[in-house]
Amino acid sequence: MGILEVKGVGKRFGGLQALGDVNLSVAENTVHAIIGPNGAGKSTLLNCLVGKLIPDTGSVMFDGQSVLGRKPHEINQMGISRVFQTPEIFGDLTVMENMLIPCFAKRDGAFRLHPFETVANERALNERALQMLEDLNMAEKRHMHAASLSRGDKRRLEMAMCLVQEPRLLLLDEPTAGMARADTNNTIDLLKQIKETRDITMAIIEHDMHVVFSLADRITVLAQGTPLVEDVPEKIKGHPKVQEAYLGQAH
Amino acid sequence: MFGLNPRDTRFLLIVVFLTLATPLLLQPFPESSGLAQFNAGYPDLMQRFAIFGIFAIGFNILFGLTGYLSFGHAAFLGVGSYTVVWMYKLLGYNILPGLVLAMVISGLFALLIGFISLRRSGIYFSILTLAFAQMSYNLAYSVLTPITNGETGLQVYSNDPQVLMGANAPTSPHIFGLVMRDSVQLPVGDWLFTFNIGYYFCAIVAILAFYISLRIFRSPFGMMLRAIKTNQTRLNYTGLNPRPYTLAAFVISGIYAGLAGGLLAAMDPLAGAERMQWTASGEVVLMTILGGAGTLMGPVLGAGFIKYFENIFSKINDNVLHAWFAFLPDGLENFLVALMHPFVGKGWHLTLGILFMLVVIFLPGGLIEGGQRIARLFRRRPDSDSRHQPKPAPHVGE
Amino acid sequence: MQRRAERNFPGEGTMEAIILQILNGLDKGSAYALIALGLTLIFGTLGVVNFAHGALFMIGAFCAVTMQRILNLSFEQVDPSRTDFLGNPLKVQVPYIESWFGPETGGALLDWSVPLSIFLAIPVMIGLGYAMERGLIKHFYKRPHADQILVTFGLAIVLQEIIKYFFGANPIQVAAPSVFSGSFDFGAILGFDPNVIIYPYWRMVYFLFSLAIIGAVFSFLQFTTFGMVVRAGMADRETVGLLGINIDRRFTVMFGLAAAVAGLAGVMYTPILAPNYHMGMDFLVLSFVVVVVGGMGSLPGAVLAGFLLGILQSFASMNEIKSIIPGIDQVIIYLIAIIILLTRPRGLMGRKGVMED
Repeated sequence: MGILEVKGVGKRFGGLQALGDVNLSVAENTVHAIIGPNGAGKSTLLNCLVGKLIPDTGSVMFDGQSVLGRKPHEINQMGISRVFQTPEIFGDLTVMENMLIPCFAKRDGAFRLHPFETVANERALNERALQMLEDLNMAEKRHMHAASLSRGDKRRLEMAMCLVQEPRLLLLDEPTAGMARADTNNTIDLLKQIKETRDITMAIIEHDMHVVFSLADRITVLAQGTPLVEDVPEKIKGHPKVQEAYLGQAH
Repeated sequence: MFGLNPRDTRFLLIVVFLTLATPLLLQPFPESSGLAQFNAGYPDLMQRFAIFGIFAIGFNILFGLTGYLSFGHAAFLGVGSYTVVWMYKLLGYNILPGLVLAMVISGLFALLIGFISLRRSGIYFSILTLAFAQMSYNLAYSVLTPITNGETGLQVYSNDPQVLMGANAPTSPHIFGLVMRDSVQLPVGDWLFTFNIGYYFCAIVAILAFYISLRIFRSPFGMMLRAIKTNQTRLNYTGLNPRPYTLAAFVISGIYAGLAGGLLAAMDPLAGAERMQWTASGEVVLMTILGGAGTLMGPVLGAGFIKYFENIFSKINDNVLHAWFAFLPDGLENFLVALMHPFVGKGWHLTLGILFMLVVIFLPGGLIEGGQRIARLFRRRPDSDSRHQPKPAPHVGE
Repeated sequence: MQRRAERNFPGEGTMEAIILQILNGLDKGSAYALIALGLTLIFGTLGVVNFAHGALFMIGAFCAVTMQRILNLSFEQVDPSRTDFLGNPLKVQVPYIESWFGPETGGALLDWSVPLSIFLAIPVMIGLGYAMERGLIKHFYKRPHADQILVTFGLAIVLQEIIKYFFGANPIQVAAPSVFSGSFDFGAILGFDPNVIIYPYWRMVYFLFSLAIIGAVFSFLQFTTFGMVVRAGMADRETVGLLGINIDRRFTVMFGLAAAVAGLAGVMYTPILAPNYHMGMDFLVLSFVVVVVGGMGSLPGAVLAGFLLGILQSFASMNEIKSIIPGIDQVIIYLIAIIILLTRPRGLMGRKGVMED
């Protein structure tokens, strides 16, 4: 029984069947990649997991509880964090404040009226945020405006914001999309570091094969809204169905 | 001290000092000098500085922090005024019950309007709040006349019950016998200083209001509000629900507005529907932007600035201008007077409008940002090793 | 704005009452529709929320005032026509216009000053719109909507203060041509009893005029290449930009056009409501509500909602309705806007993706 169990999920937009009958099981403390050609339904699937979309059919269970019908912030509070294709951070706030917000969210829940606390006086949370920044080599930038960071640092910061919440499951939506080779390699190293140093389950959506094969423990190949194959990376590489799906798209 | 770090404590103490010393500071010109008309140290105007300062501080908690632009906050101002006058009519001239109730009622009213309006954001939110405020204004003028006394405005009549009114109680607004309109005048040489009870009451309330806003700015709550302005998507995916945060900010700013409206009625026991008109909502927007939205002192400065303009600048007429330029040759004098005429006196709104546009275009951070830029010009330190440090973010609220 | 909150209807028939209320709502509805149309054009093409649009309506109205004053410019003269009758020369104030074109034509020109103002208003408004877009709005395309609202709000204050400086704070009466000054029996035309549905001529003229303007704007957008590009631009600005069409230039022209529509709406409204410097703000709030109800970015929606709200307002001010729900006439428009915004966020005819966040 995996930490994330997707059963028979289908989603239709008008006449387009974006997701057919998706079954997926992500085991705890593994990196599970979901790959597939453009339009395979990867993003739709991800949006169904985080509460942005509600699937027409099927169920999504996280740690034994259904996530369907819950709002994104509720799903996050269950222990699922998400990294976006283009980093979503609080641009007008400092790096440190960016880190503190998830810390407070983790401690206080979705809403708490605390107008007479002082951010700077919450030692434990400040230390935790700083520790996480140090782990990701961002500590010296903590007073900068997040918007003025380089793109790679924004990605790093977003990752740090997710990790500081100690999520059970981290979802990554094409974390290297649009990145130069060097930045991509940096991100891979970062993810490897996270994987090795923490007990965390990751689900990565990606179409860069290099990224996928450097990180994933298991790979699901999605095509036209349905999973084709699910296996370990070595088996996926030469799998005829996968080649067909990708070559079919190339022609 | 007061739960603040040393820097904020110093800041607060400066504000307290400035507020308490206002009757002296705003009276810099001797009575007999030609510049005496620029003195602003008279009770009515100083009360307005404090009251609209409170209004703007509250509005800033909503607009400055969350970025939700409400065009309907005057409704809460009006509700506050009506409540206080009703308490005069029913209980007596002590302002305390009225002010407390004004905050409660405007808070509830804000909860209702905010709950509905905050279902949408951006321009839709602005228009929803505008619609609510105009609706309240129209209702106050028509159907609600039994409560608001329509066009005449609500005031106290001799046959009102005033059940708590003692035999010797003052017959104008007071707090436990301290009558708001009482003043002590202190002539020093050619200067005349007026220390008015009403002003000091407003000033103490304003300092409290400022202190609370300072605490909110430094709190996790304030940080969440700024996060809402920056990126709601990330906030959602960080496990936070923006709606109750914005609603709380809306209600808090509504309570501030109600308090300000209540104080207006506490200084002058009248309440009229025109206080609820959308142009009045526009005024607090102007104040906040002009001073600097999202900064602590900006809205107060903006409120003072606009109220000063309204009262002082609008009094400058052609005679005054002629007196100023009398030393110039006649032709030049007349030319300058003619040139300035449209912008002063009754035309001060024009000056205000132009100034406001200039601020929005060139100085989105308002007067505060302008001040900071000027200050930076004067103390440019040539320390080269700091140049390679990452640019520190400006401390919020300076 | 509440100048005709109530009106008696002599007749008993419900049908007559309904028709009368619809007619009563038409003129205000026309003004709302025209202003909302311009607002939507600007919003749809430029993506700018223009709080100064009411001021443009007001300036249009003051074009009519200016025209009236220009036509009335007079000089003292010995009137040759009078000497024949009185026997001795008499000095009279003669408008230049009468001395140039003779009393017949000149008098007619004076009488028709409001319609004539259109010829003044069109260049003035287009010029003003052009200057506004190039000088100010252009720099705000990439700034947040709140900034656009604020800067145009400031501009509205400035424009209305300028008008106040030149024309004073009091409303200025402007007369419709004498041909249209009375009322006519609209009921009799429709076959109802006489004297049941009495309607002022000028309101009918205003309604027809606004229909003509709306028709002209729509056919301009529908049938010209220019309009086609603009419509495409409203739907998808980036793509049209990529086609190598100078869309910005066209959008500037659209701003001028929108300003002209608002201005013309103002010119012709002067005989109905004596213009004052803050009339723009009064109409602006309602026009925004109209735009929102119609659907941000939808031109037919703006027109439809304009007439609809004008007529609803007129119905709500019927005594029968007011006795059921007191005060409904004061709040009907806002109430509808609130309900629409909450139940149909895109308005009656709004498109997906416009101003959604």
